[in-house]
Amino acid sequence: MTTTDLGATAEVSQGLDNPLEIAGVTFTSRLIVGTGKYATNQIMVNAIRASGAEMVTVAVRRVDLDRTREEAILHHLNPEEFFLLANTAGCHTAEDAIRYARLARAAGFNEFVKLEVIGDDETLLPDVQATIEAAQTLADEGFKVMAYTNDDLITALRLEDVGCVAVMPLASPIGSGLGVVNPYFIREIKRRLEVPIIVDAGVGTASDACLTMEQGVDGVLMNTALAAAKDPVRMAHAMKAATISGRLAFLAGRMKSREIAVPSSPEVGMLD
Amino acid sequence: MSSTEHIQVRLNGKDRDITFGHTVQSLLEAIEINPLAVVVELNRKILDRDRYSDFDIREGDTIEVVHFVGGG
Repeated sequence: MTTTDLGATAEVSQGLDNPLEIAGVTFTSRLIVGTGKYATNQIMVNAIRASGAEMVTVAVRRVDLDRTREEAILHHLNPEEFFLLANTAGCHTAEDAIRYARLARAAGFNEFVKLEVIGDDETLLPDVQATIEAAQTLADEGFKVMAYTNDDLITALRLEDVGCVAVMPLASPIGSGLGVVNPYFIREIKRRLEVPIIVDAGVGTASDACLTMEQGVDGVLMNTALAAAKDPVRMAHAMKAATISGRLAFLAGRMKSREIAVPSSPEVGMLD
Repeated sequence: MSSTEHIQVRLNGKDRDITFGHTVQSLLEAIEINPLAVVVELNRKILDRDRYSDFDIREGDTIEVVHFVGGG
């Protein structure tokens, strides 16, 4: 696996954290980023480099045969430098998602797929029944399925049961930037599952990424928070720092909070 | 028939007239697509990249040519 020297490795090399391992592939960055919706491809590449992410998501779409736009992502992102995680975004049925996953695998990079089956166009919330069904088929076909899902424990357990290599509950709806709406259920999912938990979707700003990682999850995946920032490259630096901060704070173990003040300086030895 | 015989296919969601006698490989070349940069589905079956020359394009075929684009 390619590792970047962008600083995310520092926590691992200093023994402060372990690498993230998903189905036998290790990543020193716990931040995974999308490649959509950037104003220009150059800003996208600069932001992704600044984020320190090693795994990046891509979508499968028809080639525009009229050449009205330059859209092939691999003209801009070197697949030797980044681990490509193809998604099934836009699919509304298990059948479609399976079709897109097979097309992605035929591109020849890896067997990983970010499985996403949308159940409702207004909220973009997942169709969990179709997601479980597609996950089962794809896992049986040898895919390494990373499943986007709701923050629902039972669905997460089922996705693990059918063979997903990572379960990815949302922080809040895709592209909403609302942050983690249900940290308790995120913690419960992390507590009950063995596979890595990557919180996917809904992160809006650095504090959201930090709070997400403070729940103890294994990683965080975002796209719009970077692409729609006024300065995506600067936000990418912020997200990288926030992801590391939240992770280290979780590992460090926070102090107990209490609703009374306790002085930090000695109460003895004061002058008369 | 002459070499200008045409057949109709559905290519990436649009009906197109193409000359008769194409394989998937020669069709991709004709429309200036790098075969190594795409994945091709012929009538809902994903084709092995090494075998594009083995598949003849026939009247009424549905061909999808896809690649990776930016996404989240």
